[in-house]
Amino acid sequence: MFARSILAVVLSLWAINSSATLKIEITEGAAGAEQVAIVPFGWAGAAKPKEGIASIVSADLHRSGRFNPVAERDMLAKPTDPQQINFKNWRILEIPYLVIGQVQVEPNQNHTIVVRLYDVFRQTELFGKKFKAKNFQLRAVAHQISDAIYEELTGERGAFSTKLAYIKKLPKTAKTDYRYLLFTADADTHNERLVLRSKNPIISPAWSSNSKKLAFVVVRNLGSSIYIYDDEKNESERITQSREKFSAPAWSPDLSKLAVQANRDGGSDIYIIDLKSGKRQRVIEHWSIDAEPIWSPDGGSLIFTSERGGSAQLYQYYFDNKQIRRLTFEGRQNLRASFSPDGKMITFVHLSNDRKYYIAVMDMETLEMRMLTKPSHQETEHESPSFAPNGSMVIYAANYQNQRGVLAAVSVDGGVHQRFSNEMLGGEVHEPAWSSFLD
Amino acid sequence: MKQFLKWAVVLLPILWLIGCGGTPEKKDDTVVVEPKPVVEEKIVEEKIVEAPPEENPLLKELKIYFDFDKSDIKPEFKAIIEAHAQNLAKNSNLSLKIEGHCDERGTTEYNMALGERRAASVSKMLTLMGASASQISTVSFGEERPEKEGHDESAWRWNRRAVFVYSE
Repeated sequence: MFARSILAVVLSLWAINSSATLKIEITEGAAGAEQVAIVPFGWAGAAKPKEGIASIVSADLHRSGRFNPVAERDMLAKPTDPQQINFKNWRILEIPYLVIGQVQVEPNQNHTIVVRLYDVFRQTELFGKKFKAKNFQLRAVAHQISDAIYEELTGERGAFSTKLAYIKKLPKTAKTDYRYLLFTADADTHNERLVLRSKNPIISPAWSSNSKKLAFVVVRNLGSSIYIYDDEKNESERITQSREKFSAPAWSPDLSKLAVQANRDGGSDIYIIDLKSGKRQRVIEHWSIDAEPIWSPDGGSLIFTSERGGSAQLYQYYFDNKQIRRLTFEGRQNLRASFSPDGKMITFVHLSNDRKYYIAVMDMETLEMRMLTKPSHQETEHESPSFAPNGSMVIYAANYQNQRGVLAAVSVDGGVHQRFSNEMLGGEVHEPAWSSFLD
Repeated sequence: MKQFLKWAVVLLPILWLIGCGGTPEKKDDTVVVEPKPVVEEKIVEEKIVEAPPEENPLLKELKIYFDFDKSDIKPEFKAIIEAHAQNLAKNSNLSLKIEGHCDERGTTEYNMALGERRAASVSKMLTLMGASASQISTVSFGEERPEKEGHDESAWRWNRRAVFVYSE
């Protein structure tokens, strides 16, 4: 006698609340954060929206930890046009960089945005750019402006026009028939888009290297299965059966395969699934736990967590000679590695001898390990680190003041720490995954 | 020279703008795609049965607990597993699913593996004590289904567990 039931998993564009945003608090700033004044843009042809482009750009640059945007109330003047600029007004405040802009709105809602960046002390324009956008594209334009300013002033590509994926977990007391929600969002957590909500646990979102697909796992009462969400088609497809018990998907750089963990027979192993043929191949096998594979950006190796040495540590497997080398030796455990986009570093979870979970990084050439975070009595257990696409920051999930699932980020030099305080949701945010550049 | 610079400041951006009129432009033709439902596999749920009342009282014990990061069975739970092993041996129509669970510490996927190992370690002992392997299945929920909410050992000790789910 079997009771049949279909577990409904609903996919929709619906978001809990379009104003669902995470506030950001810089908990520890870099000493050398550069001052920059982003003057509110001039608007012609339409009323200025509540949240202007300048304030989005200011928030972006602030969040990077590299800049300290000037508050609007501290500005002595608010030029919107090059002729209105009096560099003295900025020099006197010792503000080295100035950004001004104008938005021209035509009756058909086409916006033309002109933005200029100035070096105050040299009194020169560093760039002038023009953008065209519809209403709903203004946030995207603001992020492109942030990218341009960041790149001009740091020499490094900005990561503001990128995406995050994360999982929200609602409390047991939630009166909904689902508790797990998978979202994608802009890098500043605006524009949340629901990928999937489910009463069953959703875990392990992983972006493909072109940021167009997201692999993830749903855990059910027979086992876990892997799904692939296509961000362009807005569709999800299950690619493995529950009874196969696959989890922890990681994309090959050429997108043709997934490395996964098979939770079977007591000791999990690492398999490769060919997405075209569907063929499964076991590549790493041991009686103890082998888990959490990730693909090196050059495609030549996998890094995974294994207990083959007695405690969970990171190992690297090379496809060409099938050799395995151990990477970590310090601390009680080292788990769940994630590569920097250039492949030169990994970030991972380090369980210290005093039983606290930190975020660490390792230089893949020297195998030197360095702690990025240090849990305090308020902020304990750091998990799920993921590099920004420009390699400048690592985003992770933390426990904060007895709350689980608080998003936080740290610069790769360890200098800037920030926390994204989640005000509107009773739920926890888990497993943030930062996309690569979108082009 | 000073005069020239002053003009350059004003003119250069204008020239720049004329030069590359429509620099980074966003396309207007964004198509909003309606969502399609995920095609779900049909899942057969077991009918959960209870042990007959005259049986060994230990059969009412459907959970055993583990130490942090461990999957070996503590001596105090061996009698419970033995009772279930004998029950399965006597009733070949019964199936037992063992769920493995972890506390919230450690990474999500490592805990998926650890939960499976806990379930497998119970399964192995059941077969050593007389149950048939074909009667037993295992599944891991990792850290996703805690028994007790809470972020210290008072909750964690109840969450590191294996749960017995009978069906026929």
